[in-house]
Amino acid sequence: MSGPAEKIRRLIKKKYPAGFVTDIEVDAVPPGLDEDIIRLISAKKNEPRFMLEWRLKAYRHWLTMHEPTWAQVQYDPIDYQDIVYYSAPAGQEARPKSLAEVDPRLLKTYEKLGIPLREQELLAGVAVDAVFDSVSIATTFKDKLSELGIIFCPFSEAVQAHPELVQKYLGTVVPYTDNFFATLNSAVFSDGSFVYVPPGVRCPMELSTYFRINAAKTGQFERTLIIAEEGAYVSYLEGCTAPMRDENQLHAAVVELIALKDSEIKYSTVQNWYPGDEEGRGGIYNFVTKRGACRGDHAKISWTQVETGSAITWKYPSCILEGDNSVGEFYSVALTNNYQQADTGTKMIHIGRNTRSTILSKGISAGHGQNSYRGLVKVLKGAMGARNYTRCDSLLLGDKCGAHTFPHIDVHNPTATVEHEATTSKIGDEQLFYCRQRGLSAEDAVSMIVNGFCKQVFNELPMEFAVEAQRLLSVSLEGAIG
Amino acid sequence: MLSITDLHVAIGDKPILTGIDLEVKAGEVHAIMGPNGSGKSTLAYALAGHEHYKVTSGTTLYQGRDLTRLNPEERAREGLFLAFQYPIEIPGVSNIYLLKAALNAIRKHRGQAELDAMDFLSLVKEKMEWVSMEEDLLYRSVNEGFSGGEKKLNEVLQLTVLEPRLAILDETDSGLDIDALKVVAEAVNRLRSPERAFLIVTHYQRLLDYIIPDYVHVMIHGRIVKSGDSTLALELEKRGYAWIEQEAARGAKAGGGT
Ligand SMILES: Nc1ncnc2c1ncn2[C@@H]1O[C@H](COP(=O)(O)OP(=O)(O)O)[C@@H](O)[C@H]1O
Ligand SMILES: [Mg+2]
Repeated sequence: MSGPAEKIRRLIKKKYPAGFVTDIEVDAVPPGLDEDIIRLISAKKNEPRFMLEWRLKAYRHWLTMHEPTWAQVQYDPIDYQDIVYYSAPAGQEARPKSLAEVDPRLLKTYEKLGIPLREQELLAGVAVDAVFDSVSIATTFKDKLSELGIIFCPFSEAVQAHPELVQKYLGTVVPYTDNFFATLNSAVFSDGSFVYVPPGVRCPMELSTYFRINAAKTGQFERTLIIAEEGAYVSYLEGCTAPMRDENQLHAAVVELIALKDSEIKYSTVQNWYPGDEEGRGGIYNFVTKRGACRGDHAKISWTQVETGSAITWKYPSCILEGDNSVGEFYSVALTNNYQQADTGTKMIHIGRNTRSTILSKGISAGHGQNSYRGLVKVLKGAMGARNYTRCDSLLLGDKCGAHTFPHIDVHNPTATVEHEATTSKIGDEQLFYCRQRGLSAEDAVSMIVNGFCKQVFNELPMEFAVEAQRLLSVSLEGAIG
Repeated sequence: MLSITDLHVAIGDKPILTGIDLEVKAGEVHAIMGPNGSGKSTLAYALAGHEHYKVTSGTTLYQGRDLTRLNPEERAREGLFLAFQYPIEIPGVSNIYLLKAALNAIRKHRGQAELDAMDFLSLVKEKMEWVSMEEDLLYRSVNEGFSGGEKKLNEVLQLTVLEPRLAILDETDSGLDIDALKVVAEAVNRLRSPERAFLIVTHYQRLLDYIIPDYVHVMIHGRIVKSGDSTLALELEKRGYAWIEQEAARGAKAGGGT
């Protein structure tokens, strides 16, 4: 039977579709990190004094810190002096006022990735901020949003135009001392998105940021800050890709969410950074700190993530449930194929009364992939009636991959209820044979079973992206059957 | 339709089938009987193309083509259907979703248009009546938490929806009560047609009261040692398998012909 073997070989050879490089001149700082580099980055962005001082404080603190080693991941030491901390397409320093001023090669890049930025081609109902290496190159639907008082702009622009908001909220959820990667980010972050939704406003469209790493040897350190005022609602989505390169690249982002009384923030991620090749060469190190605070009663923060890319993923989107009756949710699909490693999960910190949290984690491992769920549910003394429900399911394809769960539960209030369930299952040869006997190809059978496994998480994604996520999962699994 | 000559099948290094000859023509119903462990399921799996069941020699022609050159899904799309003795559970995948994907894969192979959700649903509802199955089973995960009988009826539902050319039923009757048995028999009888053939594996005569086979074969130790018409099944019911085993042993000593 040469047929299926041949087919599988072809599938494996199929390339990561977003792996191309855009050939463009860059304005970059030299590799390495010291106070001068930070001053240079800050100057390039024409930042106010408070911003530079914050960066320097973070940098000085970072020098006293050590890279964490507790995660269930393995990688060669990162040389932080070999990374370029700022790289922008040349000629875009003065931020383009309109798309007409954006370098057509950049527009083309996003078009190839399926993210049209030109006005007539925009995805209906989705506003996009496109971040290319260290800078945001375009933001769509900005005017329409600003009519409602919603601010959706690159972080660097927010620092200029709304310094009081930035100063008020930046670092209040993830302080610059938080952890090694978040502190590094605080020192060198380049761009990202800023969202502010005024009281009582329901944002009428999905806001999304599309991150693209292009330049070699460059780290991406974006910073996102989302603020939902009393009674506001916003749904935000981020997507990411990078070219295929043999060396690893570092992506250390920080996302802070602030949900005030009665507001809701829904944050979705479809992460498809270059995962490395089938031998484990190259790929992005995705070391990310994401955290949200429900600062008022009845506030709600919901994280949904579909993590299919990156050589290593290290991220724990978390919720601090301060307000009474506030709600935190975490829905995750993490897939590791070939030599990918993921250590991901969440922290739910219950502080207010009757706070509720739900954790639903679906890990899929194939090839030599290693997938770990790491979670903390912490209920503080005052959190009367707090409730958590956690469910972690792992699905294994083949016998060279692994799934691990590290659930930590720390309860200081006797009225709290914490439930935890975990399952591990395998896509068995017998399941595949059963489906094939009914006429499905092995690939279709696997994606059917995997999609079935992830269904509850996909249901949480905005419609437009659920389809994309399903497609991505199938592509990422190609070559996993053999 | 199916022409098997001197088929040998091994599981790992262990020979299980040691020379099967069988000729099934369109329109015929063949029953295969035999004691536990005689190789009936092995034959069914080998015909369906399960990779653990290695064809070590012999030929199997299906509609004139060498079956071993087709992978399992190609065989299925060419109309070969196996109702499993032990249907497999697939958590997270709804029963109706699998059924629709299966039907459309087969239709596509035949060059027919895929059925949309509406047309598919009305087709399935009609077939559900044939097998008198509870509708909620359609929306549950494939075979997950189904009772033994429900699993078997689900196989029969798939059979009626997919309308194969060659249907192999591996002990579909085992574990069914008499009402369910009649339902299975009725569904098979409705599907009997000049274009379609059945290979019905059973080790009770019971089912054959309702599905009258054209031929009955007795398999012992990986070979078909005796073939006859439907009266052979009645004789087996009365006398068991021992006499056939003895007869076969004598025959083997006398010169090895079957
Ligand atoms: N996976 C297996 N590994 C080794 N031997 C097996 C396996 N499956 C079946 N067998 C053996 O093959 C023989 C035939 O089994 P089977 O085809 O299931 O018989 P039947 O369906 O007639 O009861 C038995 O001796 C059984 O023990
Ligand atoms: Mg059997």
